[in-house]
Amino acid sequence: MTALAGPPTAPPEPGTRPELPRRSRARRSRAGRTMQGGKLAYAILIVAVLVSAFPFYWTIVAASRSNADMARVPPSLLPGPNLMRNFEAVLEEADIGKALLNSLIVSGSITLGTVLCCTLAGFAFAKLRFRGRGALLAVTVGTMMIPPQLGVIPLFMLIAELQWVNQLQAVILPGLVSAFGVFFMRQYLVQSLPDELIEAARVDGASTARIFWSIVVPVARPGMAVLGLLTFMAAWNDFFWPIVALSSSEPTVQVALRQLGGGYVHDQSVIMAGTLLGTLPVLLVFGLLGRQIVGGIMQGAVKG
Amino acid sequence: MTLTASAPPASPKQAAPPRPGAVRRAWQKFSPYAYIAPFFTLFAAFGLFPLIYTAFVSLYRVELQTPGDMQWRGLDNYTALLSDDYFWLSLRNTFTIGVLSTVPQLVMALGLAHLLNYKLRGRTFLRTAMLLPYATSVAAATLVFAQLFGHDFGLVNYVLGLVGIGPVDWQTGTVASQVAVSTIVIWRWTGYNALIYLAGMQSIPSELYEAAEVDGASRWRQFFHVTLPGLRPTIVFTVVVSTIGATQLFGEPLLFEGSISGGISHQYQTLGLYMYEQGWGFFHLGRAAAVAWVMFLLIVVLVGLNALIARRRSRKEAVR
Repeated sequence: MTALAGPPTAPPEPGTRPELPRRSRARRSRAGRTMQGGKLAYAILIVAVLVSAFPFYWTIVAASRSNADMARVPPSLLPGPNLMRNFEAVLEEADIGKALLNSLIVSGSITLGTVLCCTLAGFAFAKLRFRGRGALLAVTVGTMMIPPQLGVIPLFMLIAELQWVNQLQAVILPGLVSAFGVFFMRQYLVQSLPDELIEAARVDGASTARIFWSIVVPVARPGMAVLGLLTFMAAWNDFFWPIVALSSSEPTVQVALRQLGGGYVHDQSVIMAGTLLGTLPVLLVFGLLGRQIVGGIMQGAVKG
Repeated sequence: MTLTASAPPASPKQAAPPRPGAVRRAWQKFSPYAYIAPFFTLFAAFGLFPLIYTAFVSLYRVELQTPGDMQWRGLDNYTALLSDDYFWLSLRNTFTIGVLSTVPQLVMALGLAHLLNYKLRGRTFLRTAMLLPYATSVAAATLVFAQLFGHDFGLVNYVLGLVGIGPVDWQTGTVASQVAVSTIVIWRWTGYNALIYLAGMQSIPSELYEAAEVDGASRWRQFFHVTLPGLRPTIVFTVVVSTIGATQLFGEPLLFEGSISGGISHQYQTLGLYMYEQGWGFFHLGRAAAVAWVMFLLIVVLVGLNALIARRRSRKEAVR
């Protein structure tokens, strides 16, 4: 595979060529050339980071205190001792435990299904020739910008007809539709999968299915990972459709949070404890893979 | 592969080679559709069909409890909307909250992207930290901000009190409540947009900056004459995405006080929330569909307007 990928970029003079891209990339990353960040730049950026992070800190503070603390006038800015007690309260009152499990099932299935569907379709749009390819791709890209929220009423009628209301598949199946994902995987494969590789495999007698599993998927894996991350976060945080399709007896985290904020619970610190529990999993993913998520968003921006 | 392998046994030895070839060729012609089938099946059922069917439903009376029972009403749902003051109010709120949230958000994102484009220590950390709000759900962010904006014991009013500004009523004041709701949107999306702009800035060829420097352009002028024009497509993209987001704003106003009407006097009810109230508060799915269709038209008009302005501006530039 490396041998095949080599020729198109193989330099005529091995000594000089490889340095070129590196040098130009270094220059480009500075963009404004020697612009070192001054003290002011650092100061502003640090303020921005603090503003970004403060609500999280405040959630921890509020979740670890009591309702009486929250109503004190010079507010306490440090965490208190009640975190565990508030967790217990919210697990009991809003069934956050079940919500976390449901969200994990929903987001996990959506992520796996979306990545698979989008890689298959993205591969076909990038590398296979068939009638109607251009038109179908245009329809996909054209609807990318239309918010799915506008279709919730017929979608709800459909789900009601199928008797799926308040069942997890009502959220999972519509969640698998990702026009963005198809477009993303197509762009990724157009750029990173050389046609020569596929042709060589064809000459060797490999079927398209074989080519897909043993050539396309390995090449596409980094793109699939980024798409998976973005899909997981979006699915975990999806709000409108889950509150329509599910109820408090079969909640996802967002449905449970809506219930918490809907006035059933009056203890502010318990509400914040629920918010913290519902956010922790995404923060965990973000903490571990934040760099890849940043990369994925910036990549998507240049391509889109 | 399995097809070609299972085909031969039925045919005699000599005829075997052409048969698999034909089957194979046919399979090669049609197999691409097998790869797009999973996506398009789901897309047709749960993406395209609901979007189109919304227009159809909006012409009927449909109750939430009996969604299978539809009665033809023509344009009644639309006339009912147009004569409802709360519809017009929510349309206006959507517009003002949209401006209040989108404009500061994009301007700040542009500034932050410019700073992030400097040579910095801890770049990765800074970028990741700024994307943190994007990873939070609407629900979680809104619940925290609702707490911070509390009237008597909220931190925001406490800090304002320290500098001598009396307690602001972030819930019932029209402007105040809309500012509070917009703040949540700004907090969640500024970092995301900053990264999009940063990506755009990094794809501007550095030769342009070098040429500007040779011409003696200051950093300030470089920003306006090299960075901004180079970013135009990116800016158009973020404006379109934010406009669409603002048009369907829903979770923030719903959870700010937990009320479906967007405040006591609907002072921060958006179209998205109005639609939800019609459908799941008043059980009128048909009327909710009419609202959805109005939102769709609004988005089409706004995006079209955007494209028009962007094209006219770039043409003007070309003439110059």
